[in-house]
Amino acid sequence: MKAKAADFLIYDQATDSYRSNPEQVVRDDVEKHYWLHVGRTILKDWRLYIMLIPMLLVFLFWRYFPMYELLGCFKVSDEVLPVSQQLFSGFSYFKRLLVGGDDLSREFWRAMRNTFTLSFYGLCFGFPMPIILALFFNEIKSDIARSVYQVLTYLPKFMSTVVMTSLVVMLVKQGSLTSGMGIVSQALASLGVVSQEVANAGLLNNPAFFRPIYIISGIWEGAGYDSIVFFAAIIAISPTSYEAAQIDGAGKMAQMRYVVLPSILSTIVIMLITRIGSLLNIGYEKVLLLYNTNTYVTADVVSTFAQRYGLAGAAKGIASAAEMMNNVVGMLLVIGANTIARKASDVSLY
Amino acid sequence: MKRKLEVSELIFKIISYTLLTVFALACLYPFVYAISAAISGRSAVEYGQIVILPKAIQFDAFKRMFGDNMFWNAYSNTLFITFYGTVWALLYSILGAYALSKRRLLFRKVFNFFLVFTMWFSAGIVPQYLNYLDTKAVFNGIGITDDKWLVVIAMGMAAMNIILLRNAFEGVPSEIEEAAIVDGASEFQVLSKVYLPMSKSTIATVALFFGISRWNGYFWARQMISNANEHPLQVFIRLRLEEFTDAEAMAGWNQPYASDSVIYALIVCSIVPILIIYPFIQKYFAKGTNVGGVKE
Repeated sequence: MKAKAADFLIYDQATDSYRSNPEQVVRDDVEKHYWLHVGRTILKDWRLYIMLIPMLLVFLFWRYFPMYELLGCFKVSDEVLPVSQQLFSGFSYFKRLLVGGDDLSREFWRAMRNTFTLSFYGLCFGFPMPIILALFFNEIKSDIARSVYQVLTYLPKFMSTVVMTSLVVMLVKQGSLTSGMGIVSQALASLGVVSQEVANAGLLNNPAFFRPIYIISGIWEGAGYDSIVFFAAIIAISPTSYEAAQIDGAGKMAQMRYVVLPSILSTIVIMLITRIGSLLNIGYEKVLLLYNTNTYVTADVVSTFAQRYGLAGAAKGIASAAEMMNNVVGMLLVIGANTIARKASDVSLY
Repeated sequence: MKRKLEVSELIFKIISYTLLTVFALACLYPFVYAISAAISGRSAVEYGQIVILPKAIQFDAFKRMFGDNMFWNAYSNTLFITFYGTVWALLYSILGAYALSKRRLLFRKVFNFFLVFTMWFSAGIVPQYLNYLDTKAVFNGIGITDDKWLVVIAMGMAAMNIILLRNAFEGVPSEIEEAAIVDGASEFQVLSKVYLPMSKSTIATVALFFGISRWNGYFWARQMISNANEHPLQVFIRLRLEEFTDAEAMAGWNQPYASDSVIYALIVCSIVPILIIYPFIQKYFAKGTNVGGVKE
């Protein structure tokens, strides 16, 4: 909005002089005493700001103070001193990790690669499953039957990571003197998917099976629950759209192609973008509970690398530097994804 | 024309039913198997003869677990953390979300960013760990030596839940609030008498999210709770699974149950309460994702 002269000064014909616009006097006053004005507004609504305080403090103490500890990435790791008094070491940890050329650096790059690979496979195989399930749910016209199916498929989502991984560990466990191998290993061995020896040695001890186990258990856990959002989009389609397509002679496949898919496309795009945004936030808890020394080759991700060196070991600076790189890339992905989603669909995710 | 249409539809229907049934059974099977393995006799479990139904039924594995004081201890710790953790998180989340939902709040954008930024970037495990160590020292300093309180108060905040609540509060028509203010309601009365009843289902959903994440919490509880008597159930289960070795199996040679059965019994016991309340909370769970924070 363009300011006009009349906004500031008013011509007074009686005295043939200019005087200030009273509205502008108020505006000037507000500008001059900005913080006073802020203080008054806060005082007037003080209850509102009191309500805000506990939440702000909780996030400040346990979400923002850890970010201050991140300074440890640039300091000579010294656990005795608080981070503010440690000696500055520059980017040496980052350099060591990225171009160190030693075992630690190789291990870090392996963890980086594994993080990308695991999340990429998770996206490729895990993302289409909920959509397919939602399409199938839509075929079941009886409400009772459908809720039975839905209740059963959401069920694994309610289990904790510990219970879920414990079940996985038990189902594919190795055979031993006192007990046979897990039931899933048995089934796979008798179907000939894996050899008897491999199954008997324990599938979770075999680097080649870590990724499939991780991803299949992920689908088992989440596909039903994730299908909710797609199913909601499908049932929102007006029945007249189907009727119109049927009158035009569209078969089931044609209806899928020309009615259902276009209608849920925006949901799919948004969910896909969200998934890509959180690509690097691998659930480290699950990896930690499933991996062991035999499977580091394929299973070790950046968070577990950091956990091993920083929490179990004493290399706190190096460990937090490694995770910080991962998290910064992750943050860029999230922000990028959100920007794209906003552009693509006028819907912002946050 | 008409005939062809029906055939393609029928085929698709058959495929849907078949694959859905397979997937639903696959979701259910591990739980059924766990129950069967927990109550089957020793040799049936050890030779891997159980497929679906239990064989040579015994309840000694359950009995052994119920006789274990540590198990009940872990259970009550989990209930403690879940209850107080959910109440505490709901308290500050509702108050904060209510304030954030008001357009007249100054620096509203700044506060929102303050929350949302924590969803984009986290400091990582190691800084978080150091921070919790400091918190623990402070808590011990003021006389709170029970680490459960550390888990309750310092963990489990979720910006997403606050945003869900904020969106629900924003959806309450401002006319109703104005009417309440005209009638002389204070800020807290407006919140408790107008906003809370009008966004009941979102609050239930968010409470459920908090509750489930508290019930399931494992990693930080294991890192931060030093006294084994204060371990929650998830940590207890995991430690049992890790301790579970052939040596232990050999030691219990004359027992009527296999050592696997104890682990399965533990798993079953930890999921039974969830299975009991599951039918009641399932609809809220489904509702929560639809709200999903998608907001213009």
